[in-house]
Amino acid sequence: MDNIAIVGVAQTKYAERKKDKTCADLVFDVTRAAMEDAGLALEDVDNVVTVSNDFIDGRTISSMAVGDAAGAHDKNISTVEGDGAFGALYGAMRTLGGFGTTLVVAHAKGSEGDVKFITNGMFEPIYQRLLGLESISSSALQARMYMDRYGLTEEDFARVSVKNHANGKNNPYAHLQLDVTVDDVMNSEKLADPLKKLDCSPVSDGAAAIIIANESHISKAKTKPVWVRGMAHCSDAYLLGDRDLAVPQSLAAASKKAYTMAGINDPMKSIDLVELYDAFSYMEPMWLEGMGFCEAGKGATLLDQGVTAMSGALPVNPSGGVLSSHAMLVAGLARIIESVLQLRGEAGQRQVENAKTALAHGINGACGQAHCVWILGNQKK
Amino acid sequence: MTTERDYDKLLTVALDKAMPYDWSIGLHGSMFFQEIRENQRFVGIRCPQCKKVYVPPRRVCGPCYTEMDELVPLSDTGTLRAFSVVNYPFIDPNTGGQRPVPYTYGYIQMDGADNIFSHIINETDVSKIEVGMRLKAVFKPKEKMQGHITDIIHFDIIS
Repeated sequence: MDNIAIVGVAQTKYAERKKDKTCADLVFDVTRAAMEDAGLALEDVDNVVTVSNDFIDGRTISSMAVGDAAGAHDKNISTVEGDGAFGALYGAMRTLGGFGTTLVVAHAKGSEGDVKFITNGMFEPIYQRLLGLESISSSALQARMYMDRYGLTEEDFARVSVKNHANGKNNPYAHLQLDVTVDDVMNSEKLADPLKKLDCSPVSDGAAAIIIANESHISKAKTKPVWVRGMAHCSDAYLLGDRDLAVPQSLAAASKKAYTMAGINDPMKSIDLVELYDAFSYMEPMWLEGMGFCEAGKGATLLDQGVTAMSGALPVNPSGGVLSSHAMLVAGLARIIESVLQLRGEAGQRQVENAKTALAHGINGACGQAHCVWILGNQKK
Repeated sequence: MTTERDYDKLLTVALDKAMPYDWSIGLHGSMFFQEIRENQRFVGIRCPQCKKVYVPPRRVCGPCYTEMDELVPLSDTGTLRAFSVVNYPFIDPNTGGQRPVPYTYGYIQMDGADNIFSHIINETDVSKIEVGMRLKAVFKPKEKMQGHITDIIHFDIIS
């Protein structure tokens, strides 16, 4: 397999409502900024992948509406409906499949639709959707199963929210910049038991873009390349009732494949930081278990021991994570971008010292049906 | 109808029309609702390969990728595996109106089934609900049934 690397990244600041920008405006901003970051011109971009969702945009075949803004006029353009980490995976496959460079851009304006209605729309329409199940209530069921299986408490999850919101304060791109305590989380509005408001990510507007280059095209870019050392994805059953919601099997499978590709035997030893998709506080420890950083049920212990803190052996979500900014679809790409900034040593106040290898993670579907795992490094091997 | 617009501010355009669909329930799903109407009980389907029983019934067992055809009559009782008392307002997809809060979702393992079914639990006091409790489905009167998930009104906690 050829070597490929991420040579340009850009993202907007995430915010509750960007009334001054249309979706195309956001895409235009980050596309230009990613090219500027890479030091590449539009003619250096060989093909474009756009990431969007029709229900979020309120437009059928929403991807077709941002092609011009993505610089895709007269170019090969294709689209991914799903999280940006999966869009990037497809972009990487194109870069391995003959294109010298690929631009991947994702956008979402959660503020423009009714997110509960939109996420209700991902459920099976006959038996589940009409009961009103949506993102928060389905995740509450998953959190309950996870607590019940391993004897975890709501405080275990509250501590994740405290850590990630503190990290978010050092990230100028973060939507929320909050000082919160465990008590604040525990006393925040009860949305769907056991989840409180501060266990849940905000709904953000935003966009992000990356440029992936084949090794043969890397010398054109001015940035330090961040190498794709491993990537994999895997999907579990669609219906929630057909899955064991407390055990992310598809994440374990995807992680193993990505580690094998990257030549990693012991992820705890080889990986310096993790950017994972914590749409809800309980997801962070659960995903860390799926990634094999600890045994099943022990994810919360990693946090209690300080392992996942900024000063720990494995800082998790130095960006503040999805709990601090959640532009749907964009969030997985934002995990990759934060990892790239960390590996370039450009993460400012939230820089993890001597970061050489990072894991970035995205999810697709309700309660993490599918997982996409990226192993990125500032060295080729 | 025109609305007063403030041109000094950033403008928006609103759309509040429904996008209607008429989803096919399919052969297996139709049998599920027929069984509820005729016998006030659930029906599942067994995989010939792994022997797992799924409710509601569907054609394919995902892990085995095998077509299933053995319908298995089940009862109207099951066990609570997870729950959430929901407190935020939500537009009911059935009516377009606001659903009264709180209400409780249950993750229910029907007796004789291997997968999990979800529905509403008739209890909103968190202190009175526990994983593992026994549940029984409450159905609409037969003449009011519509072949719809709301033919099951909710599940009562029985012990």
